[in-house]
Amino acid sequence: MLYSPIQPMHIPDNFLSITVSLICWAITIITLGVAISRTNKSLGERQVPLMGVMAAFIFAAQMINFPVLGGTSGHLLGGVLAAIALGPWAGMLVMTAVIAVQGLLFQDGGLIVMGANILNMGLLTCAVGYGLYRSVIGSNRTVKLAVIGVAAWLSVMAGALSTALQIWLSGNAQLQVIVPAMLFFHAFIGFGEALITVAAVLFIIRTRPDLLGEGTESAQGGRGWILTGVLLTLIVVLLSPFASTNPDGLNRVATDLGFIQSAQTASGPLAGYTVPFLESVSASKIVAGVIGIIVVLAIVFITGRSMQNKRGLNTQSNNIQATRPPIENRKP
Amino acid sequence: MHSDAFDRYHHHDSALHRLDPRIKVVVAIAFILSNALLPDGAWMAFGLAWLFLILANALSDLGLGYTFRRSFIALPFALVAITVLFSVPGKPLSQFHFMMWDFTVTDAGLLRFISIVIRSWLSVQMAILLVAVTRFPDLIHAFEHLRVPAILTTIIAFLYRYLFVLTDEVMRLLRARQSRSAAAAGQRSGGGVLWRARVAGNMSGQLFLRSYERSDRIYNAMLARGYDGQLLTLNPHELHARDWAYALAAFLFILATQFVGWF
Repeated sequence: MLYSPIQPMHIPDNFLSITVSLICWAITIITLGVAISRTNKSLGERQVPLMGVMAAFIFAAQMINFPVLGGTSGHLLGGVLAAIALGPWAGMLVMTAVIAVQGLLFQDGGLIVMGANILNMGLLTCAVGYGLYRSVIGSNRTVKLAVIGVAAWLSVMAGALSTALQIWLSGNAQLQVIVPAMLFFHAFIGFGEALITVAAVLFIIRTRPDLLGEGTESAQGGRGWILTGVLLTLIVVLLSPFASTNPDGLNRVATDLGFIQSAQTASGPLAGYTVPFLESVSASKIVAGVIGIIVVLAIVFITGRSMQNKRGLNTQSNNIQATRPPIENRKP
Repeated sequence: MHSDAFDRYHHHDSALHRLDPRIKVVVAIAFILSNALLPDGAWMAFGLAWLFLILANALSDLGLGYTFRRSFIALPFALVAITVLFSVPGKPLSQFHFMMWDFTVTDAGLLRFISIVIRSWLSVQMAILLVAVTRFPDLIHAFEHLRVPAILTTIIAFLYRYLFVLTDEVMRLLRARQSRSAAAAGQRSGGGVLWRARVAGNMSGQLFLRSYERSDRIYNAMLARGYDGQLLTLNPHELHARDWAYALAAFLFILATQFVGWF
């Protein structure tokens, strides 16, 4: 009904190998750690309810659909809109919350692969979208809207490409099939995303220009975002055709890194789940899995600790400042 | 609209409902991880994992087939794994040509495909059971205890709290669009795809502003009630001997499954 359970980019559990899932978790946790420390620094306590309600907004806005062709419909995915409206780091946290609830409550996307899902649909979309938006933040409205449209389309393509690569690295699809297939479908989905995002931003600019103007959170991102956005865009634009037309090179790399088992013996850390000194393959697979889990748990624990310390300090300073709620620059 | 339309919690007073949410979360994740670690074609181990699931269903008082029935909603996902059939090298079983690609179904590919479908079927059922026997706020609280950063759990708590409210808002917007989209018999109404996308975009923008302004009111209301950046709960969340016993039993069962799967 309202919530359509079939969304191609939500990877279910067990579709990615443990190694790939853990690597994605590690990247996601590190990025989120940075995002949390940045938002804790720059945002007051007022922003917590704002981010929470905005997460609910993204979730609810995904229900606004419009008919496209022969029974299919398009809807908002929201990464770029969240990054533009709230700033990149807060946008990432909001998208993470949305994807976490989709996976937890609706089983839309798995739990072990949630790191990959957050990376594909939350972090990448926000980084690409905000990076490109940031590069034209001072331009006139037409240029801005055009770039936002392109950014929204590219963000979907970046997510699709990274999903395809993860499935391929897990050894569950051939590169020359999965990349063109994913990109083909998401070219249309991204088109819908671009149209809705541009229309929504235009609507916001017309009705509440203060929300996206100078001095708001969305204008605060550093210049590093431009570089990130452009770099990710280049990767998507250059890697996509290369991956679908000339898969042998990438296959070779993946085999060498030990992701895809082949006839040759692969080398590298934990290559193909074999730890060098252990003879029996099955036992060493378990050991490799355990090592991977320990690494991730250690990262989670350390980030959690440092976050808590930071948070403790922050709450104290917030308590001191709590008498001055930053609402004076808001219109009723 | 009923505010519980999204709620997956089923109220009962069973052993599983009373279990500490932390234990439930950890066991569910361990179970899903264990499935992922099992080798392809470990049928005995898959059977044992399924038995674990049925036992958990029995403890939940929701009926033995509860998660099985629910899991069909999520099953279409499994078909995405169809690409596995063609991508694992092995003895060819059948071959066909589609568009510009040659597809070869191999025995190893078939084995991997069936294994992946079973594994993700088991995992989805465990996730369904977890949210059916745990209140969502308790679940969030459990994640907080498990060291998920407080800012994330708070955002998720707000998302859950206001999802229903904003869904009502979406329903009003959709109803408004529908009531203005009348067409005379035999005539086309509205514009093309671009026009429709623009309407949807305007609706999203409108929803954004309503949400934004609502968050202001919420914050002011919270300040009025003494909010200082910390969300408080009355639920003590203490681990009793009973919780540890269940956790131990579950982990022994999962370890046994792994043992059967590998040796």
